[in-house]
Amino acid sequence: MIPFNILVGVCLTYVILLFGIAFAAERRARRGRIGWLRSPMVYTLSLSIYCTAWTFYGAVGYAARSGLEFVTIYLGPTLVFVGWWLVLRKLVRIGRSQRITSIADLISSRFGKSNLLGVVVTVIAVVAATPYIALQLQSVTLSFGVFASDRPEGWALPNVNGTAIWLAGGLAVFTILFGTRNLDANERHHGVVMAIAVEAVVKLVALLAVGIFAVWGVADGWQDVAARIDASPIADWPLMPGRWIGLTFLAGTAILTLPRIFQVLVVENADERHLATASWAFPLYLMLMSLFVVPIAVVGLSVLPEGSNPDLFVLTLPLAMGQEQLAMLAFLGGFSSATSMVIVAAIALATMMSNHIVTPLWLYLRQGGARAPGDVRGLVLMSRRLSIAGIMALGYAYYSLSGGSAALAAIGLISFAGVAQILPAMIGGMFWRGATGRGAALGLTVGFLVWIYALYLPSFGPGGLLSEAILTKGPFGIGWLRPHALFGIEGLDPLLHAVFWSLSLNTFCFISVSLLTFPTPLERMQGLAFVNVYEQGPAPRGWSRGGAEAEDLLVMAQGILGAHEAQEFFQKEAVAQGKADFLPETTPDFIERLERRLAGTVGAATAHAMIAQFAVGAAVSAQDLMAVASEAQQILEYSTQLEAKSEELARAARQLSEVNDKLRDLSVQKDAFLSQISHELRTPMTSIRAFSEILMDPDLPGGMLQKYAEIIHEETIRLTRLLDDLLDLSVLEARKVQLSIKVANLHDLLERAVQSASNTRPERSFIYQRDPTMEHVPIITDTDRLVQVFINLISNARKYCDAARPELAISVRKRGGRLTVDFIDNGSGIPKKAQRLIFEKFARLTDTQRAGGAGLGLAICREIMVNLGGTISYLPGQGGAAFRVSLPVRPEMQQRQQQAA
Amino acid sequence: MGKNVLLIEDEPHIAEAIRYVLTRDGWQVASHAYGGDAIEVIRRSPPDVLVLDVMLPGRSGHEILADLRRDPAFSDLPVLVLSARGLQHMPEGATRVMAKPFANAEMVSAVRAIADARGARK
Repeated sequence: MIPFNILVGVCLTYVILLFGIAFAAERRARRGRIGWLRSPMVYTLSLSIYCTAWTFYGAVGYAARSGLEFVTIYLGPTLVFVGWWLVLRKLVRIGRSQRITSIADLISSRFGKSNLLGVVVTVIAVVAATPYIALQLQSVTLSFGVFASDRPEGWALPNVNGTAIWLAGGLAVFTILFGTRNLDANERHHGVVMAIAVEAVVKLVALLAVGIFAVWGVADGWQDVAARIDASPIADWPLMPGRWIGLTFLAGTAILTLPRIFQVLVVENADERHLATASWAFPLYLMLMSLFVVPIAVVGLSVLPEGSNPDLFVLTLPLAMGQEQLAMLAFLGGFSSATSMVIVAAIALATMMSNHIVTPLWLYLRQGGARAPGDVRGLVLMSRRLSIAGIMALGYAYYSLSGGSAALAAIGLISFAGVAQILPAMIGGMFWRGATGRGAALGLTVGFLVWIYALYLPSFGPGGLLSEAILTKGPFGIGWLRPHALFGIEGLDPLLHAVFWSLSLNTFCFISVSLLTFPTPLERMQGLAFVNVYEQGPAPRGWSRGGAEAEDLLVMAQGILGAHEAQEFFQKEAVAQGKADFLPETTPDFIERLERRLAGTVGAATAHAMIAQFAVGAAVSAQDLMAVASEAQQILEYSTQLEAKSEELARAARQLSEVNDKLRDLSVQKDAFLSQISHELRTPMTSIRAFSEILMDPDLPGGMLQKYAEIIHEETIRLTRLLDDLLDLSVLEARKVQLSIKVANLHDLLERAVQSASNTRPERSFIYQRDPTMEHVPIITDTDRLVQVFINLISNARKYCDAARPELAISVRKRGGRLTVDFIDNGSGIPKKAQRLIFEKFARLTDTQRAGGAGLGLAICREIMVNLGGTISYLPGQGGAAFRVSLPVRPEMQQRQQQAA
Repeated sequence: MGKNVLLIEDEPHIAEAIRYVLTRDGWQVASHAYGGDAIEVIRRSPPDVLVLDVMLPGRSGHEILADLRRDPAFSDLPVLVLSARGLQHMPEGATRVMAKPFANAEMVSAVRAIADARGARK
């Protein structure tokens, strides 16, 4: 027999292996080598989280108890996938175009980005998922128990509850490590998806192996199995059409509405075409999973002793036959099924809880509103981690409350019926423009309450959460309110009864309230975007005009997307608008795209609310929408085209006027330059001339000679430095500079620069924030020139940073073949107006002549960077003064030569 | 005639040189290095001659001069303007202009000349 320690060891090894796979996949993805990580096969396999431990163990039990009825659980999804172009394709298209983060986000986004709906769906999903997670805990605990029982010599299972607690805790830790390790909370979870695909293969192989063993190892081939089926009670099981149709419908609904399936089906979808492959491959997978269910069930019934739990035949059959390795494989299969489901479900639910409950609440409660929300990412990640722990705790609570006794299949169906409540709002939202948020909210709430009352609470058994009396006589003795016989309709199967009433009332409320209420402008617009998602026409915009300050938006976006992501997004937008700096014009289009981008992280409702506070009064009005909703669509389209053209013109004009401004500035600057040079040369000359004349005075007091000679010396040095700078600048500008290219470690170069800059205002204590691990990057460039740039930036920070405790953060980042080094201090920064002037010659911002240099430092830096094939720019919105140096890791010329070679 | 010179110049070396030269010629020299509050310093202790640099931190010499001339009390104060940007034109309100760099003797004679001219008028 397999000792307990080995069993636990195998589990741990398996988990570590999965973690390794996830880690490797994520690293690969980060390097941009997505390739097969996102193949249609991986997508299909990841969908297999539909098959949980319930399917793995429970299907056999289900077959042993109710014959072929278990097939309905596979039949529903199969039908949905075979008819994928009806619903799935549209769902995935909407999910991608609206950057939907969860099913709650989908409903919330469709009905006017309403956070209330997000909360309702989140609550439903969490409550419905609880029994499902409990089910996974139960099945793994049971499977541990199988190995523990009937062993005279062996280990005793510590206790069942203990196992479940360890399991819940372990899975929580695992999920947190897996699902929230990635700081880019909005990005896809490449690692998780890959691990789940592997688990899909493990469970399929395990179940097929046990099935093959049952058919050819225990029984004597298919014919023998067929004979045993005839002999077993499975063959006698009556077919109940009502239950068949009901269960098939429920399972088909579940594949659309289960939050974890939504996560892999829509959120993690990398390419819509993968759906086409999944439409046949996923039903095939389901078919393979169900192929040996009946054989295992009948062989188990005939071989194993009377009263064995059929839910565990997959394990007990090989064990009873002495096939320990096979049993171990089956155990791993079940373990895989449970862990993959729990991980994805917890990630999906945690996303919903953090996006629709925690973050909005936090923004609402925060003093000063959400204008500059600071580090929302930290909050989002932390709330996701806590949510995962909370969800696991709920699952465990359900497990211990329900006593872990009910059959696996029954528990799973309760969950299915719960999430099925989302179906009317979802389908209505996708296909009916008249559906309104109020209708959806009422429908969802009513359906949810009926489900709770008629199915969820009774699931704890008589005397559990509902008293015996309520179950049999109704609350307060009102007969027609009995949970299993609402409105006096008796004799219906409890599950079908609850599904029927909850969904009927849900749908009725949804449709009738939708007909009675008017959608808000935003709902109308989102409705159009959802229902007409295939039409390629110009999308109506949510913002009628811009007007927000780009720098404010950048500060907010950085808190949500992270500094680099946000800067990259803004810069790309600016470039697309034909602007050279970091800040784009805040056109309605730009704001729309920004909102969508933010929605990918915090959900549509929060993203909309956050943008709205900057673009006050710019939200779309009813009049704006009249055009959208009316039949004058063609006129609108035409005018949109015109608008696009005029926007193009405006962009060209903007570019032109920018160039014009620059030219005018340049000509003013040229005059100023000459006059500045004159000033900068004459000033030291004045001292030199005056003091040398003084030195010629025969009755100069004795002590003065030395002092005045020193002044003359000092001023000549100043003069020389100025001339050097001017010469340097002219050589750099003429691109005639001789670069001496060397290989160096960037860290050493920064060290050198910090050292050299330390004699600028040495009396000030100055704190550097650096990350040495990021700095160790080899770089091929003119290292002396690069260090010159660094010294200049660091000295400037030391000179001008006006914080009480001055700090300078130097952060290095490598992207592709380019390296960026940011220098960000904590002073008051550079006013917007001056930002584009600072790189010009003699553009000294302070009046203080004592600044030391002639105001050529940054101009020289800019020229050096141009010569090195890089750039230096001012980074707005960072709090203090911020400069970004960006350059290729190796000189581009060399690259070209290498390519030619 | 008075012997007080006020020197507004932010370059400490230049200020020191001028102070030395004028002191040797028998003047009482006070100096000030910031343009922003120069006008208050002038009002507080009105000099007999003002030597004013053009490029000053806080406020330019031109602006200070314009302010001074608006005040009747200083409308005829002799002002020697020092400019390091070449001398394209005579700054408005200046009694005399001198380009940097200058010969020390020129400085002494210019200060004397504008002080005498005022004394003669009085």
